[in-house]
Amino acid sequence: MNTTEIFELLREKFKDAIIDLVDNPPSDSFINVVPEKLFDICLELRDNPEFDFDYLMCLSGVDFPTNLQVVYHLYSLNKKHKIVLKVTVPKENPKVPSVERIWRSADWHEREAYDLFGIIFEGHHNLIRILLPYDWEGYPLRKDYKEPETYHGMRVPY
Amino acid sequence: MTTRKILDIDFSRIDTDRMRLNVGPQHPSTHGVLRLEVELDGEVVTNVIPHIGYLHRCFEKIAENMNYQQVIPYVDRMDYISSMNNELPYVIAVEKLLGLKVPEKVEYIRVIMAELNRIANHQIAIATFGLDAGAFTPFLYLFRDREYILWIFEKATGGRLLFNYFWVGGLANDVYPTFKEDVLNIVKQVRKTNKDIEELLIYNKIFIDRTANIGVLPADVAINYGCSGPMLRGSGVPFDLRKAEPYSIYDRFDFEIPVGKGEVGTVGDCWDRNIVRMREIEQSCRIIEQAIAQMPDTGDVQSAIPKKVRPPKGEVYFRCENPKGELGFYIISDGKDKPYRVKGRAPSFVNLSVLPEISRGYLFADLIVILGSIDIVLGEIDR
Repeated sequence: MNTTEIFELLREKFKDAIIDLVDNPPSDSFINVVPEKLFDICLELRDNPEFDFDYLMCLSGVDFPTNLQVVYHLYSLNKKHKIVLKVTVPKENPKVPSVERIWRSADWHEREAYDLFGIIFEGHHNLIRILLPYDWEGYPLRKDYKEPETYHGMRVPY
Repeated sequence: MTTRKILDIDFSRIDTDRMRLNVGPQHPSTHGVLRLEVELDGEVVTNVIPHIGYLHRCFEKIAENMNYQQVIPYVDRMDYISSMNNELPYVIAVEKLLGLKVPEKVEYIRVIMAELNRIANHQIAIATFGLDAGAFTPFLYLFRDREYILWIFEKATGGRLLFNYFWVGGLANDVYPTFKEDVLNIVKQVRKTNKDIEELLIYNKIFIDRTANIGVLPADVAINYGCSGPMLRGSGVPFDLRKAEPYSIYDRFDFEIPVGKGEVGTVGDCWDRNIVRMREIEQSCRIIEQAIAQMPDTGDVQSAIPKKVRPPKGEVYFRCENPKGELGFYIISDGKDKPYRVKGRAPSFVNLSVLPEISRGYLFADLIVILGSIDIVLGEIDR
């Protein structure tokens, strides 16, 4: 199935929760969804044999000037098709439901997105920093990030 | 001489404390700076918590402040023992954003270099895995052969580990005149050593006892955890991106996908993961031989593109079959000369997350073997 067919099928089931399909080759096409319904949509994508998305390739956070985005790259090992989902959340309240219970590979990816972007994944069993020290302050991959002067008495910028 | 008094104790009623043990961050068995927080019940592992990030060098942040071409040396330093394979998905992703097609000769040289590096990577993986299980001799043979491969890289690119050789739209420079003969000689040597290793290590009784039925990873768990590469194939899933989504010119070559079959134990145990790497070396040799035979002698290795490329607005996720698994780059372009966002989906990062799942219930000494069978590189995990 290609992205357009998947989009139509999802639209039928989830109505307004599927916002739109952006198809602009040569760049990858993707589907925007609302964060509130993300967990149900992902569960449907994994468990419906027509979709059969059993493999989460990549989960990335992105910082845009006005909001934060989480991008899900899904793949089906049996059907050999893929899809890109995107959810957009405001910077003041960046809460996204966790898909860790659907694909366990999301566990570390979500911790990384929390670590570097400060996106809160609701329902994650252990949302702590993964790459940076546990007591680090701030989210470095945000575009407006300023590194601290010192960390435990050590100078940070050099 | 006094005889030892036999104590009348019901051992099952003794409540022992669980012990927490730190392995690493500076420990030869962790293959880098990885810290494992191990919870032990006597000798049995009840839980493992990997702590990573000791080698975090802010690759993704640095990439946002560099030109597209300038990111390539940083990509090299992710998985520093298979740098050629790291460069491949990155340059193809940028070329895809730009809509570039590279010359035929470039494609062949890229494939040959990538496969040579795959052999070098698997040789390290098997050698250090042998070390973890207590076999020292195969390590010496494999590192000697890897050295020959590195000589080719040094002659062609100037670097032994970090090459900066694949550029967007081509290569840094053409290969040297006797490249083809050198590569074919290496292939012969690699095959010869492979035979030795099979006798010395793979079918050695001690090695089989240490690795068979240890760290069993069932296929459905592997897929759910997003494992890829030999981890996934060791569990019996014949999934290889070179076949599933042929990139570059991989659709022109005839090769097989080795999978774990549980020949000496259970499907998906440590031995299976290792034998997959062993057999992949042979398949890489086959690809190299075919590529050398088909490779055109003449041709330009650089497309005429400016130093500063400005891809149109858009995004691309491109993945390649790295020796360790699926290495993907997610690049967002906002039309400027620097990428807006680069995310590296590192195979070791994802593969390591399955460690707690497959090491519970095994002995502590087995934990070291299981970790060795995953074949991690911390430069890639921490980025």
